Order: sequence, then structure tokens, then C-alpha cells
Amino acid sequence: MTGTSSTHRLPSYLEYQGKYTGIRAWILSTDHKRIALLYLYSQIFFFLAGLVMGLFMKLELIAPGEQIMGPQTYNALFTVHGLTMIFLFIIPGLAASFGNFMIPIMIGAKDVAFPKLNLFSWYLFIAGAVIILIGVFSGDGPPDTGWTFYAPYSLKTNTNVVLSVFGAFVLGFSSILTGLNFIVTIHRMRAPGMGFFRMPLFIWSLYGTAWIQLLATPVVGITFLMVVADRLLDIGFFDPAKGGDPVLYQHLFWIYSHPAVYIMILPAMGAITEIIVTFSRRTVFGYKAIAMSSLAIAFVGYLVWGHHMFTSGMSETARLVFSFLTFLVAIPSAIKVFNWTATLYKGSISLEPPFWWAMAFIFIFMIGGFTGLILGSVSTDVHVHDTVFVVAHFHYIVFGGAGIAFFAALHYWYPKMFGKMYSKKIANWSLIGLFVGFNATYMPMFFLGYMGMPRRYYDYLPQFADLNLLSTVGSWIMATSLIVVIVNLLRAKKLSHEEMDDPWGGRTLEWKIESPPSLENFEEIPVINHEPYELIEK
Amino acid sequence: MEQNHVAHTEHFDPVASKIGMWLFIFTEILLFGGLFIVYSVYRYNHQVEFHLAAQELDVTIGLINTIILLISSMTVAMSITALQLGNKKLTLILLAVTILLALIFLVNKYFEWGAKIHHDIYPGSEFLLSLSKGDMLFFGLYFFMTGLHAIHIIAGVALLGVVFVKVKNGSVNKDRVSLLENGGLYWHLVDLIWIFLFPLFYLIH
Amino acid sequence: MSEHKNHISSYKSQVIVLLTLLVLTVLTVTITSVHLGPFNTAAAMLIASIKAAIVLLYFMHLKFDEKIYRFMVTLVLAIYAVVIVITFFDYLYR
Repeated sequence: MTGTSSTHRLPSYLEYQGKYTGIRAWILSTDHKRIALLYLYSQIFFFLAGLVMGLFMKLELIAPGEQIMGPQTYNALFTVHGLTMIFLFIIPGLAASFGNFMIPIMIGAKDVAFPKLNLFSWYLFIAGAVIILIGVFSGDGPPDTGWTFYAPYSLKTNTNVVLSVFGAFVLGFSSILTGLNFIVTIHRMRAPGMGFFRMPLFIWSLYGTAWIQLLATPVVGITFLMVVADRLLDIGFFDPAKGGDPVLYQHLFWIYSHPAVYIMILPAMGAITEIIVTFSRRTVFGYKAIAMSSLAIAFVGYLVWGHHMFTSGMSETARLVFSFLTFLVAIPSAIKVFNWTATLYKGSISLEPPFWWAMAFIFIFMIGGFTGLILGSVSTDVHVHDTVFVVAHFHYIVFGGAGIAFFAALHYWYPKMFGKMYSKKIANWSLIGLFVGFNATYMPMFFLGYMGMPRRYYDYLPQFADLNLLSTVGSWIMATSLIVVIVNLLRAKKLSHEEMDDPWGGRTLEWKIESPPSLENFEEIPVINHEPYELIEK
Repeated sequence: MEQNHVAHTEHFDPVASKIGMWLFIFTEILLFGGLFIVYSVYRYNHQVEFHLAAQELDVTIGLINTIILLISSMTVAMSITALQLGNKKLTLILLAVTILLALIFLVNKYFEWGAKIHHDIYPGSEFLLSLSKGDMLFFGLYFFMTGLHAIHIIAGVALLGVVFVKVKNGSVNKDRVSLLENGGLYWHLVDLIWIFLFPLFYLIH
Repeated sequence: MSEHKNHISSYKSQVIVLLTLLVLTVLTVTITSVHLGPFNTAAAMLIASIKAAIVLLYFMHLKFDEKIYRFMVTLVLAIYAVVIVITFFDYLYR
């Protein structure tokens, strides 16, 4: 399909010289692969910033009593930590980086449907980040409301709520436009012969995700605009003194923010599917089930938001309805886990780093998922709501799930994107360190929450001291391992094309082209006449 | 290096643009949809006060504006037909009429709001803050929703203006109707929102 | 997706659509000026929905486009409707 011998290779997208040179060749490029890297680098930067904030929070919690900061600082920290990790790292997530890079290649196209819009999305992403940054370092100081900005406190607090919320609004716009671009790309730009049911499952997951980005984000957008209107114009949408209902704020906020967690996890699960298939060296079990479960999660995910609000004062009827629907949405996720297991069964397992990362994902994600059931049941939720139990749950799912999948995908597609290979030994050991550190950090929090330690408090009662100490030490192990992971990737070595074009024996289109790919991905758009994941002759 | 080839073959795909515009319309439906949810909840909780507050609004102006937007939807739809039939001059006239109608709508809105503000009814005014909760919510929603809608009208005028220029210079023509069609779709969306705003604010007496 | 043979709406059909919309508008105003209690809102919303459907099908060309567009619009409206209904599970039963 590539047909080129090494002496006649086109320049890779990294080397390509177009109209611009230097940094302008990157920030003005509409090549989906360069845009993907712009996102990747920005996201890793924001992840590290968020990580540092988290470490400082954990440092405060190392023992009872005030250690290094007072409550105002702590409140600002957990707010900005949440904003950074959620809006700047995991919501753009695998989609903005790996989706941008891989979608056109995996469907046999030269780029996305709207390349200029794609670049504009990244500009909006950076603009949103800058606005939030200004909110942190200027004027009334960083917001202390939590990333959830609940009214009426968010209407009253004398911190930079307007700036932060407006920054989030701009980021939402970026997300919407990316979703729009991906939907049109998947509909219009598949290579001849690639029907919907021949697409890789990563694409299916990104398709479902794109619809959520498109339809859910506007709701939080308008909600944030209403918060701005309440603060600047005194309107009173959510201010009880003017007739507003703070619970309505929560409804509108979570109508987006619950589907948002599926924006975070669907692409992650899609990447895990790709990794498991490749390293089982056989075709996937239950292709249609996995594809349909992606859509099912996307759809049912719109109906469960109230499980974040069980103690808010909603009617009993609403609570029961949401609880029931929440148990329903767990089913398609479970279907995926069954299909992964069935794919591994009787596969010829290849024990490479991406495989181990995928295994770590499944284990940690399932703990997160099971604890989600505890939270989905009203009676148990009431006991642990607003405790660190919830914090542990979502870190297991979002960090241990989507976050680990992000790094798994990075280890999987690294040779393809950069034509380099990292030390597999260090990759595996750093994963072990991360796994140990991660569980040491977050597992104690389930117990702490069950015992009654509240979340978003800068201090706690003495009986919680031991587990908190363990948790903080765990965070150091985790952070150190993450640094090793990243440094290992940075020190990857350039190997020959023969070794790097398809180091894993992949079955999707990206492994049929050079590493790194040339500017237009394919010399000739391929014609697809085989089923997905079928082993074909090169 | 090698041959200086264009980085991306600028492919022309009108279906892609059309799907793109529909997807964008979906986001707008959800955007205003959030506001309609707020409206329905607060109206459910303050039914009498909403009824009374609505009587402060002038049904005649509301009706005129509704008629104006409906006509403008027709004129923009006609402009597409005109272009598809190759009648560039008629296309331009119809586009101009659409834009003119939009501007008249905005002028009406200006006077409407002006009248309210003159009577001390605006978000955050002392008078409004002294009224009942239902009143405050009604007028808060009124200004916010019609204001946001007006912003979308202004955006629509700008978009149709760009289309006008491109029809004039020939880059939008009988064989490349996409931009006009999609501009028309956006304009109809603006009309659709008003179709619901009008009865919900003006006709609950 | 294949290109459909281009359906061009006639000027006449567009005028008829406008007249229909205007009639429905006048109807809405008339109905709501009669005191029917809660049926006023229901009637106004029903007529508004009919007007919206007419704009979508004719001016926005959904009637003559490929099915996929109607499918997408229906899906989006369905999701929105479900969200409102579920929200009212809270407010109706407080």
C-alpha cells in the first residue's frame, strides 16, 4: 500500500517543509497530525500542572492540622486542579490528540473534513486555557467554588468566577467544533469499501464521543453564561433571593457534566480495544456489540445526571428514576469488559508495554466502576456523598481509567507518531510504580470516605491521620513513576523504518503506512475489501 | 525538496458543509434549549406571576416581529431558488430584503427594550428587585433570551452579508450554492427560536 | 452518501408555506386571547410546534433531503425532550 522503498520515502509530516518555517510551521499548520501533537504537548503540560497542584493538596493532608496552607488556598487549589485536569487534559483527552492523529489514517483519508476549523479548535483551546490562567493569577484571585461552580456560592464569592467560567465556555466551544469535525469526517471521508461496520472500534468510540461533545456541551455553555449574567447583571437565575433555584443550576450543570465523563472514557475504551486486539493477535470478539455499546453509552449517558444530586433536595421520584437509569448505563460498559476478556481468550498474547498498560486499565477501571454502583444506589450514596469516597471513585475512573488509557495509547502509537521506540523495560517498571502509587493514593480514600471524612476540606479529624499519611506517600510514588514514564518516552530512540512501521503487528490502516507518516498519510487512498482486524497481506 | 505540491487537496464537498451546518444548528438548539428548560421550570413554579408579568409586553410589536421573521425566512428560501435557477440579480435582491427585514426586527427590539428600560424594568434595576420573584424571573428570562436571540440575528445578518458579497463576486453561484443554502439554514434556525419565544413571552395572558 | 438530484423549491410553494405560517400565527394569537386555562399553553405550544415542523420540512428542505437529516433532527429533538421530561420528574414531585 505504501509501495515505497526506504530510498524513495516522502518526507514525514514532522520533516515536511511547506509555506512556513520554524514555530509558524506548527501553529499555522492545518495538518491533522501536527494539530494532534499541538494538543498532545499542551495536554501533557496541563496534566503536569494539575499533578503539581494535586501533590500540594496531598501535602497539606499529610497530617491533621494546618501544614503549608490555609483553607482559602486549599479551596482555590482543588478548584483549579479540577478545572485543569478536566477541561484542559481529560475532556480533550484521547480524542483531541490520538483522535486527531489517527481518525483520518484509520479510515483511509488524507485529513479531517475541515482542517482549518481543526486548527481553530486548538486556538480556542489555548485561548480558554489563557483566560483561566488570567483568572488564577490576577485580580480577585482563583475561584474557590470547586470546578462545579455551584450556585449560590459561585454567585457570591469574591473570586474570579466570571473569568474562569468564561474560559470554560471558550473551551467548550473548542470541544464542540472538534466533535462537529469528527462527525463529518467519519461520515464523509471513509475510504472506498470502508462501511461503518468495517471501521476500527477506536473510530466508533470517537463517533459516539463526538455526538456527546456536540449535544451536551451547549447546555453547560448556556449555564455558565447564566452564571455570568447573575454575577454581572444581577439577573437572578440561580439566586434564591431573586427567585432562582440553585438546584436548577445543578440540573443544568450535570446535564452536561455527566455525559462529559463519557467524553472522557469512550475514546479511552476505544484505544484499549485497539491495544487488546493487537496484542491478542486475533480479531476482536463481538465487534458489533462493542460498536453498539459505544452508542448506547452515549445515549443512556444523557439520562443519568441526577445521580450527582441525590442529596440536593430533588424529589424522591427523581432520585429513584435516576438511580434506575444509572444502573442501566453500567451495562454497556460491562459488555465492553466481557468482550475484551473474550478477545484475550485463546489469543496469542504478546507481552509488550501497551498490553500491560491496558491490563492496568481494566483492573483499575473496574474498581472505579464497581464503586460507581455504590454511588448509583440512593441509599448508599446518601452515606458517602461529599466524602472522599466520591473523590476516590472518580480518580479510579478518570485518572486510573481514562488517564492510564491515555498513556497506554501513547505507548502504543508512539512508534507510529514519532518513528521511535522507548525502553520497554523502563516502560513496564514505571507502570508498576504508577500502579502501586496510584492504589496507595486512592484506595485509602474509599475507607476514609466510608468512615466519614468530607471532601474539599483542608483538614480532618485525627482518626483519619494514618490513611491520609499513606495516601500522601502514595502520591509521591505515583508522581515519581509518572516522571519516569515521560522521561522514558522523551528519550526514545530512532530506529529503522522497517522496525518502526509496524513494530506490534497491528491490523488497522495506520500500521500499513510509514512511521512517522508522510504529510498526506497515503500515496494512494486504499480500497478496503476486508473485515475489520482481518490479517491481510501488506 | 521535491515538487511543490499543495499541502491538502482543497476538496469541495457540499454535503460535508451541509452536515456541518446541521450539526452546528443542533448545538444552537441545545443552547437555547437550556434556556427553555429554565423558563419552563420557573413558569411552572410561578404561574400566576408569569401570566401577570407577560401583560407588560406589547403583543402587537411581538406579532409584527414574528411576521417580519417569517417573511424573511421566505425571502431567503426564495433567494436559494433564484440562485439555483441562475438568476443572480433576483438572488441579490432577495438577500438584501432578508437583511433589511432583520434590521427592522432589531430596530423594533430596540424600541421595545427602550420602553421597558424607560419604565425602570431591566436586570438589576431597583424597581425590578422590588417586585415579586416571579416578576424578576420573567423579566430576567425575557431580556436574556430575547437578547441572546438578537445577538444571533446580528450574527445572521453578518453571515448573510458575507453571502451577499460572495454571490455578487461570483464565488457563490449556481454550481456552488452551498454557502447560501447553509446561510439560509442558519437564518431559519433564528426564525425557529422566535417561533417559540413569541408565544411563551407574549401570549400567556 | 449519493448526491440527490437537486430539488429546487418553487417560488409558489414558498409563498404558500409563508401564508400557512401567517395563518397559524394569527390562530395562535386568537386562541390565546380566549381564556382556556392550561389549554392556552398547550394550544400555543402545539401550534408553535406545527409551525416549526413546517419551517423544518419546507424552508429547511428536510422533506426533500436524504432520510439521514430527518433522522438526525428527530434524534436530537428526542434527546432534548427526554431531558426536559426527566428534569420535571424533580419539579413535579417536590
